[in-house]
Amino acid sequence: MWRDAVLVAGKDLRIEARSRVGLWQVVPFAVLVLILVSFAIGPDTGPLRHAAPGIFWIAVLFSTVLSIQRSVAIESGEGTRDGLRLSGIDPAGIFLGKAAAVALQLLILQIVLWAGVTFLFDVRVHVIWLAVLASLLATVGLACAGVLYGALSSGLRVRDTLLPLLVLPVLAPVLLAGSKAWQASLSGNAGSGTEWLRILIPFAVIYLVIGIVLYGPLQEAT
Amino acid sequence: MTTDTIPRAAAGPSRPRWLSIVGILGVIALGFTVWLGLWITPPDQVQGNLARLLYIHPPIATVALYWAGGVAAASSLLYLWPRTRSLFWDRLAASAVEVGAVFSALTLVTGSLWGRPAWGVWWTWDARLTSTALLLLLELGYMALRRVPADAAIRARRCAVAALLVAVDVPIVHFSVDWWQTLHQGGTVLDPGFHLHVHGSMAWTFLLGFIAFSLLFVWLLGVRYQVEVLQDEVGDQELDVSLAERWSEGTELVGVGADTSGAPDGGGT
Amino acid sequence: MAPVVQFRAAVALAGRFPALAGVDLSLQTGEVVVVVGANGAGKTSLLRACAGLLPVTSGVAEVLGIDLTKNHTAVRRHVGLLGHAAPLYDELSSVENVRFAVRALGLPVADADAALERLGLVGRLRNTPTGRLSAGQRRRVALAALVARRPALWLLDEPHAGLDAASRTLLGDLIHEAVTDGAAVLLSSHEPELSVPLSDRVVVMSGGRTSSEQPGGRRHPLSAVPAADSPADRATMGEWHVA
Repeated sequence: MWRDAVLVAGKDLRIEARSRVGLWQVVPFAVLVLILVSFAIGPDTGPLRHAAPGIFWIAVLFSTVLSIQRSVAIESGEGTRDGLRLSGIDPAGIFLGKAAAVALQLLILQIVLWAGVTFLFDVRVHVIWLAVLASLLATVGLACAGVLYGALSSGLRVRDTLLPLLVLPVLAPVLLAGSKAWQASLSGNAGSGTEWLRILIPFAVIYLVIGIVLYGPLQEAT
Repeated sequence: MTTDTIPRAAAGPSRPRWLSIVGILGVIALGFTVWLGLWITPPDQVQGNLARLLYIHPPIATVALYWAGGVAAASSLLYLWPRTRSLFWDRLAASAVEVGAVFSALTLVTGSLWGRPAWGVWWTWDARLTSTALLLLLELGYMALRRVPADAAIRARRCAVAALLVAVDVPIVHFSVDWWQTLHQGGTVLDPGFHLHVHGSMAWTFLLGFIAFSLLFVWLLGVRYQVEVLQDEVGDQELDVSLAERWSEGTELVGVGADTSGAPDGGGT
Repeated sequence: MAPVVQFRAAVALAGRFPALAGVDLSLQTGEVVVVVGANGAGKTSLLRACAGLLPVTSGVAEVLGIDLTKNHTAVRRHVGLLGHAAPLYDELSSVENVRFAVRALGLPVADADAALERLGLVGRLRNTPTGRLSAGQRRRVALAALVARRPALWLLDEPHAGLDAASRTLLGDLIHEAVTDGAAVLLSSHEPELSVPLSDRVVVMSGGRTSSEQPGGRRHPLSAVPAADSPADRATMGEWHVA
């Protein structure tokens, strides 16, 4: 399973490195979300600083949807969908590999967004370990839940419109907990932030386990 | 599809008698609830006539969250379990989600009708309101997925997985908004122990409301299930027709001769 | 010895459409069978059912000893399917695609390199992203992946389509080598004049069912008579040229 996961993740990342969709489309889109939400809130630094964690996570969430759509699109070529099923790769390995590839892209995206938030809203992360831990946990959860829903909607003609409707409400706890943990790490109040890790940990673990178990049946259900 | 055999529904197209009885009882109980709630019970000391929403709002919310959610999650699990796999569970889960969505929407509507005069706003970012709204969105997502045409067994499997993914998310959503709310503002108006302060005819009406909406839930679930069965039966009849067509298509071609295999296309579908 | 493929009255549904409406087919080790029939006769569905991609709902369906009506996924890693669309990632080069397919089975990458060479995918063709290759070249890459995985059952859907004369000859050689090696080959074709000489038997499909069977034109490995001079072969080919 792990060998398969590495193989699939390596393949997905290599394709991403060639096509640069993540770099030239997803990252600019995420930065665009930062700027657009700032327009909606107004130019005052006070409210902007206050909203910075939320804006950051909204940008991450929307970018997750794009990354997942891209991850699904790689496998939805006419031949590749069957090819992957015939390849002999363990479905759990496919799930882990695809989730790992998405997670890595999301982490890189968050580094860019972190810089963006610091630059645009003039906020500083005081409790760095908390912010990093929250981001890592949230990323695992987002990638696992996202890849699962991606598999659920893959093979459907309406997948691009259906996926956001299905996945965004499911990801809502991550948005909430991530924003709160970041808010705490921005204000230097680590205590109230660690509370929110208690939401992020089960979210990540549950969707990781469900993905390993259910990806096989899901692959046959499309 | 190999393991997912398509059993004929145990219940035929005709509606079973018990279901009609449940429906009639539900309507009668609802009628009594309305009568008791609006004319017999006294107005509440604090909230006045507004408290009459108590007889319908908590029962509707209970049905939406626990009855519908429980049935949907349990039947999806039973469908995915190979030993109990049957389209019965798939249909039941789909019916429960759909009826549950109606009740979730009603919960939100009755809740905001209550909230407007009681709190002065239609909507507030209370934990329960937020988690109920998210639940409704999750249910709508499931229904959208179910509308996508597919083979019955494939759709059943896909929807069962989706329902389970939602089911594990609901408690997380619930806890997270609970914390979100407690970290910011005071307790909720819908205190779980609220009904303990209610006495006499009010308590009876309240209890009757629960019974009425539970019966209505079972009735709607049954009727919705019947609709699923009928839809599948229409599909099965179409399958018989298409199987016959497929065979006749074969004999036609054999009649012309197999040598036409290289001939221009058009013998196919 | 158990047959590689054993279908009896097999029915497979694609959605609510009976893609296979009762197929009888038996295929032994070392045999090449060609399936012919009009468009929509069910040839592709038959190959996909054998590959474990299209579940068989009723009837008997066994491939390599695996009962497809009970477990259709287990057979997948043992078969090689060459479909209409090549299972290639456009961004990856030929060698990367074939290596991925080979490593997925846990085989050494040297097998991939050998197969690429066998298919003449060297130099520029080896390292160009497959998205920039022509349809025929992509087919050759897909074929290289299939050869490298050494499946026990080859399923070739219209293998001649899009191939040039040299590749077609090569395909014939590959099929011959595969069955000599102990594999079985099931191929569908619209070009009987190309496929029938390769085959031991010809199965005719129509309306999702197998309707008749005829001998093919393959020179049996034990027979010493050269193919071109064999009157039987000429007769068979002549008959099929009429089609």
